[in-house]
Amino acid sequence: MSVQDELRSVPPAKLLIDGVTKDFLTRSGPLRALDNISLQINKGDFVCMVGPSGCGKSTLLNIIAGLEKPTSGMTLMDGKPVTQPGRDRMVMFQESALFPWLDVLHNVLFGLNFKPNLNSKERREVALFYLRLVGLEEFARSNIHELSGGMKQRAALARSLAPNPRVLLMDESFAALDALTREQLYGDIQRIWAERQKTIVFVTHNVREAVCLGNRVILFSPHPGRVREEFVIDLPHPRDINSVELAKYASRITRALRGYVDAPGTELGAE
Amino acid sequence: MKRLLSSALFFIALVLLWHFAVLFGHKSPVLFPDPFSVWEYLRTSLMDGTILQAAGVTLRRLLIGYGIGLILGIPVGMLTARFRLMEDTVGVMALGLQTLPSVCWVPLGLVWFGQTETTMLFVVIMGSLWSIILSTDNGIRNVPPIYARAARTMGAKQFYTWTRVILPASAPFIVSGMKQGWAFGWRSLMAAEIFVTILTGFGLGQLLEYGRDLHAMDQVIGVMLVIVIIGLLADKIFFSPIERFLHRRWGTGKA
Repeated sequence: MSVQDELRSVPPAKLLIDGVTKDFLTRSGPLRALDNISLQINKGDFVCMVGPSGCGKSTLLNIIAGLEKPTSGMTLMDGKPVTQPGRDRMVMFQESALFPWLDVLHNVLFGLNFKPNLNSKERREVALFYLRLVGLEEFARSNIHELSGGMKQRAALARSLAPNPRVLLMDESFAALDALTREQLYGDIQRIWAERQKTIVFVTHNVREAVCLGNRVILFSPHPGRVREEFVIDLPHPRDINSVELAKYASRITRALRGYVDAPGTELGAE
Repeated sequence: MKRLLSSALFFIALVLLWHFAVLFGHKSPVLFPDPFSVWEYLRTSLMDGTILQAAGVTLRRLLIGYGIGLILGIPVGMLTARFRLMEDTVGVMALGLQTLPSVCWVPLGLVWFGQTETTMLFVVIMGSLWSIILSTDNGIRNVPPIYARAARTMGAKQFYTWTRVILPASAPFIVSGMKQGWAFGWRSLMAAEIFVTILTGFGLGQLLEYGRDLHAMDQVIGVMLVIVIIGLLADKIFFSPIERFLHRRWGTGKA
């Protein structure tokens, strides 16, 4: 298999979440994090899951990733049940989970080491392709701590794209960044979604961000986590987070969310 | 260059101070030798090979014992970090034995193994092993769990995750434990060599003790200097580059 084959976009996958319930055992007894979640995520969808903390959206992402097992129900990817992590579903984590003992290039190479059909030179080529895609090719040899927050997230993005997954799972990936850097990354992720044809599931508590990125926004409510409502965002990509139409969608969704979350002290980010 | 110069000046001043202390002191030169007679001893014993031979014997014991300590200590530390049962058994034992000054192993080693090389190795291993186990254990517990999760999603299996993620992630802790283990091993070996005469090899500690028997204080101080220099070189040649590398990668140690 050549590098060209490897770099070709793979068809995005369809996800079916079928009656997923997740209970956690805590000191004060079992806690229901997710209550009977059923969702269909189509090929090439960009789905944003929005809700306050405690609504189980990160747990659901981990279940799709195969990092956690649901108490009942199952996740199907193109009809096959998800039982463990796999390179067809890559996760880009909340905190940057980049490895500080490796430079940027070797971080991206890490997930490529498990591709037996590539030799080391070809792996390198693939890694450099993704570093170029996120605009970090000049920093291939940099140490992680030398990167800015935005560059770290770009490196993490390159690392999760490198194994050429069919689904990209993003867990509040941009939450720790300043507004300006975040807006740049909104542009990048929309471009990459269009170019690389991934199914993307994006977890956030920021309504504005969800509306800017997703073609579907799914609202969750907490204690226990439930799917409440779904919005189809019918705006052309690429979108500008500061546009007026986007703000209209966002305020509508924020209002809906408030309706489900009337408990005082619940965090809601609509910035 | 400037740093080298300030180091050099400091040590020249120290030698001069020593020289004048001997000149104007009231101790007999037999008890408190001049730097030049120590230098003379070092020069002749370097020429006739005494020092090099003794240093060779000592370093051989140290390196073999320390190597065994590392080979045993790092995997055992990984096990105590991973398994509750190991933590409650071997981990507690390591914690206890680490508080024991390593020279306390010398009498036991003598009784068990007699005046043999084995005693020397035993003392070095017991000196270095426990702190290597404990720091490996501690290092692994300090690895953010997100690293292992990230590795799993990228397709890494258990063994690969341990060798390529958990171990390098805990490297800063493991290296400081290695350094501590080295220091403990070195101290306990010196104690053992001073206490125990064995015929298979004549180490630096024995050369030191021999100097005391002969009332040759130039030899005693000369050997002490050699011991200090070996310790310093081990740090500068072996540990410092590793630590510099870790600091560069992690972006630490700039304060």
